[in-house]
Amino acid sequence: MQLDAQQRHRVRFTLNGAPAECEVEPRTLLTDALRHGLGLTGTHVGCEHGVCGACTVAIDGVPARACLTLAVGVEGCDLRTVEGLEPEPGRLGVLQAAFRRHHALQCGFCTAGILMSLDAYLRLRPGAGRAELTEVIGGHLCRCTGYAPIVAAALEAAAILRGESTQAANQEETAHA
Amino acid sequence: MGIEHIPFVGRSVERVEDAGLLSGRGRYIDDLGTRPGTLHAAILRSPHAHADILGIDAAAAQALPGVAAVLTGRDLLDITAGLVPAVRAAVDARAIAVDRVRYVGEPVAIVLGTDRYIAEDGCDLIEVDYRQRPAVVDPLAALAADAPVLHDGVGANQVSDRAFRYGDPETAFANARHTLSVTVRYPRNTGSPMETYGVVASYDPTDDSYDVLANFQGPFSIHAVVARALKVPGNRLRLRTPPDSGGSFGVKQGVAPYAVLIAAASRKSGRPVKWIEDRLEHLAASVSATNRVTTLTAAFDEHGRVAALDWDQIEDCGAYLRAPEPATLYRMHGNMTGAYAIRHVRMRNRVVLTNKTPTGLVRGFGGPQVYYPLERLMQRIAVTLGLDPLEVIRRNLIPADAFPYRTATGALYDSGNYQHALDVAARDGGLAELVRRRDAARAEGRLYGIGYTAAVEPSVSNMGYITTVLTAAERAKAGPKNGAQATATITLDPVGSVTVQVASVPQGQGHRTVLAQVVADVFGIALDQVRVTADLDTAKDAWSIASGNYSSRFAAAVAGVAHQAATRLRDKLAAVAAAQLNVRAEDLVFAGGRVSARANPDAFLPFARVAATAHWSPGLLPDLDGTPIRETAFWTPPQLTAPDEADAVNSSLCHGFIFDICGLEVDPVTGKIGIDRYVTMHDCGRILHPRMVEGQVRGGFAQALGAAIYEELAYGDDGAFLSGTLADYLLPTATEMPDLTVLHVESPSPFTPLGAKGVGEGNCMSTPVCLANAVADALGLDAIDLPLTPAKLAGLAAGRDEPAPPAGLAAQAQPVGKPGDRTLRGEGTAAVTAPPEAVWSMLLDPDVLASVIPGAHGVRRLSETHFTADVTLGVGPVKGRYKADIRLSDLDAPRAATLAGSVTGALGNGGGTGRLTLEPDGSGGTRIGYRYEAAVGGKVAAVGGRLLDGAARVIIGGFFSALARRAGGSGSGPGWLRRLLARLGISA
Repeated sequence: MQLDAQQRHRVRFTLNGAPAECEVEPRTLLTDALRHGLGLTGTHVGCEHGVCGACTVAIDGVPARACLTLAVGVEGCDLRTVEGLEPEPGRLGVLQAAFRRHHALQCGFCTAGILMSLDAYLRLRPGAGRAELTEVIGGHLCRCTGYAPIVAAALEAAAILRGESTQAANQEETAHA
Repeated sequence: MGIEHIPFVGRSVERVEDAGLLSGRGRYIDDLGTRPGTLHAAILRSPHAHADILGIDAAAAQALPGVAAVLTGRDLLDITAGLVPAVRAAVDARAIAVDRVRYVGEPVAIVLGTDRYIAEDGCDLIEVDYRQRPAVVDPLAALAADAPVLHDGVGANQVSDRAFRYGDPETAFANARHTLSVTVRYPRNTGSPMETYGVVASYDPTDDSYDVLANFQGPFSIHAVVARALKVPGNRLRLRTPPDSGGSFGVKQGVAPYAVLIAAASRKSGRPVKWIEDRLEHLAASVSATNRVTTLTAAFDEHGRVAALDWDQIEDCGAYLRAPEPATLYRMHGNMTGAYAIRHVRMRNRVVLTNKTPTGLVRGFGGPQVYYPLERLMQRIAVTLGLDPLEVIRRNLIPADAFPYRTATGALYDSGNYQHALDVAARDGGLAELVRRRDAARAEGRLYGIGYTAAVEPSVSNMGYITTVLTAAERAKAGPKNGAQATATITLDPVGSVTVQVASVPQGQGHRTVLAQVVADVFGIALDQVRVTADLDTAKDAWSIASGNYSSRFAAAVAGVAHQAATRLRDKLAAVAAAQLNVRAEDLVFAGGRVSARANPDAFLPFARVAATAHWSPGLLPDLDGTPIRETAFWTPPQLTAPDEADAVNSSLCHGFIFDICGLEVDPVTGKIGIDRYVTMHDCGRILHPRMVEGQVRGGFAQALGAAIYEELAYGDDGAFLSGTLADYLLPTATEMPDLTVLHVESPSPFTPLGAKGVGEGNCMSTPVCLANAVADALGLDAIDLPLTPAKLAGLAAGRDEPAPPAGLAAQAQPVGKPGDRTLRGEGTAAVTAPPEAVWSMLLDPDVLASVIPGAHGVRRLSETHFTADVTLGVGPVKGRYKADIRLSDLDAPRAATLAGSVTGALGNGGGTGRLTLEPDGSGGTRIGYRYEAAVGGKVAAVGGRLLDGAARVIIGGFFSALARRAGGSGSGPGWLRRLLARLGISA
């Protein structure tokens, strides 16, 4: 379908489980539509050329760089962003809580993208080990942490999700001693 | 509830910042709403390293619907001034070019539109007429008498030349048994935070005031610089920072010129203006660490004991000297002898300007540039004397009983036991095993090396150190500058909960968590009863010039002053409680959320009730020095005095110690470094939060690894910027990270309230040279500069043990430009069936040219030998329209001609010359030979550098193959090129 560049187009999709829509130009990037159109500013823009991974979201369950995706292209898709990771407001999910325990973030700017990649990957391959998860994290740039705590958090979250570690899950509620 | 309070400080509590950041609730600058009517700015930047601006035609951009204004440097000339540096040179360091550009990426015009897309559309429509000038990129070349001069008012590119002398270096060198020099060219790199710069500014003409929100990190001495550049007093510049920042590593100090630019744009347009930098802008034109050429000479004895150092430093600050530069060159001034007891120092510091991005703060700030030569020198001394480098380091260390130790150049090292740290690192880091592995690897012919670095990590900068660049007489005239004011404010609200406000402007380090720990400990309350805010508002919050997040000052200075403010407030609350409990204040204990009598825990008041007393019941307050509702403390260490008459300066308050050991192997074929083990030992005084300290060390190490092996802000000889994407400027990822052994010993600082020292920058200083020392050991090299790229190391490894190519082969090798020279060169031949005379007339025929120049829309003939054309060219994914200008000269009809051409467009520019020869082939046809040299600049060079050479060959090949087709024949490039093109499906 050819879209008129001068017109705005209504795009409808599912966003974190709820129906959503926005009106965009054909050239509008998904990052801009999410952040400035829909107000979901948790998805960050780091490079706008697909290298850093900060803007990663899940489109139909597959991680994608939102900065390289046109908003008109997600018509009818199922989108998930970092705002959809919490089981309920104020309570962190397993992966998020593992990141907090391991100090796997400092400035937090790259974090949303890494969470989205890991979330999608662990659904696909729950048994993923260190080498595999390091490769997944290797698709993202973080300038603060040196990556080691991110890998540790991902490994622990994978183990908890597999039901192999419960010790950490209990700590979740006692966040601020 | 017991009376004991188990301290939070020293424990790795979870961060209070993280829940919000992990759930998408961060509030970074681009996440905050703007006022209705806010305009969005896009900046048109110079594609040239050095050129005059002859004209700017913005009519088409101004006519674009949605564009509110287009502003140039001339438009802002009257309402702004330059950003004044520490050295009064005749350099007008403005935020936007006026009549002349001096580096690629320099702002030339700002387009304000209703959204960013429209503003960028507007940029594409602006036509700037440039007249290029010769550029100078290399700092040594910039010093030459015939070098192009950047700033006519200065008359030369050198803007500062200072000589220093401490002890008696002449005698030490005269008596030296040995001397040895190293020369290091330290390259450019940057911290590259994942969040770029952002500014939202508005202007209120009713009181001539600016409100600027920027993800600025300090130092807030720059507030004065920005206010001055906007020509308003300090209280007419309200500078605010957002609650969250996506990293800085020093770099966000450099947003200051853009704060000026966007604020001025707001004033001109009468509307609030928002600008968020993109990554190309950030890499090209935000800020860079300085590149530096250093020659360091040591006088030493046969045991490797160094008596004297002679530093010759040439600092390259880029195109403009911007505040706080040349601070990079002076931040380490007190530490120029590193961890060593060297009493005699001679130093010459020169600052030069070149056609590159202006420099500023980058993590490590001046440290990497100093420790690289210093620690390479120590390694070279050991190799020269046949000694173990570790032993040479050990022999020169400052004795453990000498602290506090005054260095030759004036620093007062607060505490440490370097020998102990060395021993623990060697023992717990498994050095003996690494040495065995090296022996085993070498026995197998593998290239294994071990490197060491000892470094002193300064923190909490003396705000007066930069005045060392001035002479004692100049300093006396300007008045002494010194100190490092830190501040914290603690407020008790009517229900007795506690709020802490600081001006430390965190960029992700977790300041809010540590301050909650510190203050909760003082009051003996739970961590979640303390809330910390760290977004700064200069109109309302306490701050001073030293505020901000730099020189690793948080733990040492800010956490300390928060402790002081809390303690003062606690002492007042103790008086309040004492009056009510009828005990002496000094007999009270703050623990478990209560204020209790030490001897009788049943006599207590809830902390919240005591804390709320001043709100509800001022009548119950005893006689106090101030109401216990809000306490603001300022603290500046007395040790940070101004430079003395002999130029000795205590440039920093705290001095941590680092000792690094690295074992690595170099793959002789690929040149890839495989780090076997990296051990980093830190003494950063008292540790407030172990996991955060580890995070600082690991993060700093990762950045240092990048700076050492992968990253370089690269420029062509013509000043073209060549690393404008994160595919060109390579940051390390998780898969590049080796295991890191982090070790600690603790020598608390006697000069800071909590005994803490800074820790965030150390590995940026120690790691690059430690890796280089290990590589030098592995390859047996005398000299090695950064970055240690695989290509470079493969070449060095090959040169090491491979025989020279047989005579004859070398002569055939392609001419290889020196590093940094990105000139495109090529040559080839094409055969056509038409005779030379026919080909000659085709080359002079616009219609023929239009049909054979790839992507040409139209060719106009301005004279017999002068043509212009519009062409569409693609380099990789970047396709753009260019205006081409082609001239023929040295005509030798119908045998030879020289073509000189240039292309200019929004995406970049290029220029080159080619010599074309036509020879009869003996059977009625023509053999066309060509040879060309071209250079490309602007955006296309920055983002497409990897692809340019191939693209040029394809375009030129396309031209000749089309010409050959037109003239009835088949073109042919060089054999390998033809094969490559054939494989790509292109016929040459």
